[in-house]
Amino acid sequence: MLGREAASREGGGGVPPSPPAVATVDAVRVRGLSLLRNGRTVLALADWSVPVNGRCLIAGPSGSGKTSLLQILAGILPPTTGTVEIAGREITSMPEAARDRFRGRTIGFVFQTLHLVRALSVLDNLRLAAFVVGERRSDAELHQLLRAVGLEDRARARPFELSQGEAQRVAIARALVNRPRLLLADEPTSALDDANAQRIAELLVARTAEIEAALVVATHDARLSPWFEQKLELGRSS
Amino acid sequence: MNIVRLALAYLRYRLATTSLNILLLVFGVATIATVVIVAHQIRERVSREIAGIDLVVGAEGSPLQLILAAVFQIDAPTGNIPLAEAEFLRRHPLVASAVPIAMGDSVSGFRIIGTEPALLSERNARLARGRLWERAMEAVLGAQVARATGLDVGASFVGVHGLHGGLAHAEHPYTVVGVLAPTGTVLDRLVFTSLESVWLVHERPRPSVARGAPAEHEHEEHHEHEEHPASSEKRISREGAEITALFVRYRSPLAAVQLPRLVNERPNLQAASPALEAARLLAILGFGLDTLRLFGVVVTAVAALSVLVALAHALEERRADIAIMRVLGATRGLVVRELLLEALLLGAAGLVLGLALAHLSVELLARSFRQVHEAGITGGTIAPEELWLVPAVLALGVLAALFPAVRAYRLDLASTLARA
Ligand SMILES: Nc1ncnc2c1ncn2[C@@H]1O[C@H](COP(=O)(O)OP(=O)(O)OP(=O)(O)O)[C@@H](O)[C@H]1O
Ligand SMILES: [Mg+2]
Repeated sequence: MLGREAASREGGGGVPPSPPAVATVDAVRVRGLSLLRNGRTVLALADWSVPVNGRCLIAGPSGSGKTSLLQILAGILPPTTGTVEIAGREITSMPEAARDRFRGRTIGFVFQTLHLVRALSVLDNLRLAAFVVGERRSDAELHQLLRAVGLEDRARARPFELSQGEAQRVAIARALVNRPRLLLADEPTSALDDANAQRIAELLVARTAEIEAALVVATHDARLSPWFEQKLELGRSS
Repeated sequence: MNIVRLALAYLRYRLATTSLNILLLVFGVATIATVVIVAHQIRERVSREIAGIDLVVGAEGSPLQLILAAVFQIDAPTGNIPLAEAEFLRRHPLVASAVPIAMGDSVSGFRIIGTEPALLSERNARLARGRLWERAMEAVLGAQVARATGLDVGASFVGVHGLHGGLAHAEHPYTVVGVLAPTGTVLDRLVFTSLESVWLVHERPRPSVARGAPAEHEHEEHHEHEEHPASSEKRISREGAEITALFVRYRSPLAAVQLPRLVNERPNLQAASPALEAARLLAILGFGLDTLRLFGVVVTAVAALSVLVALAHALEERRADIAIMRVLGATRGLVVRELLLEALLLGAAGLVLGLALAHLSVELLARSFRQVHEAGITGGTIAPEELWLVPAVLALGVLAALFPAVRAYRLDLASTLARA
């Protein structure tokens, strides 16, 4: 199986980069990546990158390794071979605790259905994101984030009082609390109707653009393609 | 947001389970603490009461009864002994001090004790006001007697035969000359006077006996006394006078070997060691307390088990939350610390509420039962043994959280997230 880029960009492709020549740091850079699971190669990606401000869609059928790739990028799943650089930092060789903190500060992650910590209110979910990496955010900042996803009046709500779409928006706001350089989203719209999917896509694109973060979304949801200038098509594993 | 708020949020989130766990802990801790508090105070009290008394010499009978009557003032005495019989002890080289007491009548339910001022100095009792008695029919009141009866220096009162109402000895009024400072012992509940006063009151009144001076008369019959079963006849003269007991303090440890034997060899006399009898008493009491304490330990252990089950169960439904926290940047260590903190908070809540409940119930016990109160039991003091509960219960909490914490530590983030 091989990942191939559908849309080519400058500096991309299979050209091995000469380190001194790289002036700008990419949000994501992957080299010689492969992942074996149960003795089977489920993912192979020789060279792939997403620039700062870039928006990349990861497409592919079920089982093609979309989720696995996002988890590797987030430093949650160690690849079998290869290196991953996020915002210029090599994460595959970091000690685990350092990688956890790095992820908290640099990467936001949004899931399909797994959204909020149930014991905490909406606002506390946002506070949690700052707390776990040892940051402090003013309530004004957090309310501002909630306003941006249209939920400023639900700050005190408990997760069970929210709809799927609302919880999804809170999760997006929470992913942005630490001003990440990269936002990863795994099937963020697959559980939503058209209107909600549209709204989430808009939010993801607008909010990442605003903080100049790269956006990488894994989905088989065709409704999302128009929003992305870059696309990575993963093939079915053989 | 901080780790404490996070832990509290989870405890609140599972309010029913949390409350149940705290309740169990409170119950266990309170049971143990109550036993510990009461046992400690009884031990303290007992050792205060017998402080300075190495040996009690009295009439033959049960040694425990002699101690209970003479030292603790909670039983009828074994009888009386002639003062002259005990006199040899006062001159014995191994005796540092020997103070006689004679039980007299009572005032408002408080016992009048005929003795010598040495009794008070031996037991470190100090006067709050007034002076010590110098002649017959002068009395010094224990602190609680003064408070309860309202009597004070200058007042006079008459003794009542027996302890709880009886014939009043109106012809022999006492005059209060002093009031003691509180001692926290049975002395607070006693009225002190000279031996002569007690002997005098139990005389049939004679015009020739002048009040205020020790009478030196032969005397005849006198009314039966339930507290003085052995005395059918009394002499007011020192030579023929009877006392209830003699409090002896040793000069050297050697005395403990020699004196009791010496006393017991004499007819009608027995020597009882307060320390020995008190230890026997506490051993009997201790058995009941140990049983109660064991019950408390079992309840606390059940509570810990319940905390373990609750945390382990919560962990199952919490995998997703933990995964979110990890994705947000929380290290395994932070997750584990948060779980342990939850258990610690549970333990602390159980501990604080349990100890509070224990002190409250001891205090309520003391307020509801006069005997408990008079034994000096109060919910207001902290027993040193209680403090052991603090590390013990907190450690138990951590222990209960250990298993779930290890599982949380080992949580495989990638597969947990892939399933979500
Ligand atoms: N924990 C695991 N252990 C072993 N193999 C796994 C594990 N999780 C996933 N796989 C395998 O890895 C491959 C890629 O899985 P992945 O979840 O990344 O696919 P995906 O593209 O996200 O699929 P979907 O569109 O269904 O979400 C699959 O063949 C899957 O069977
Ligand atoms: Mg997937």
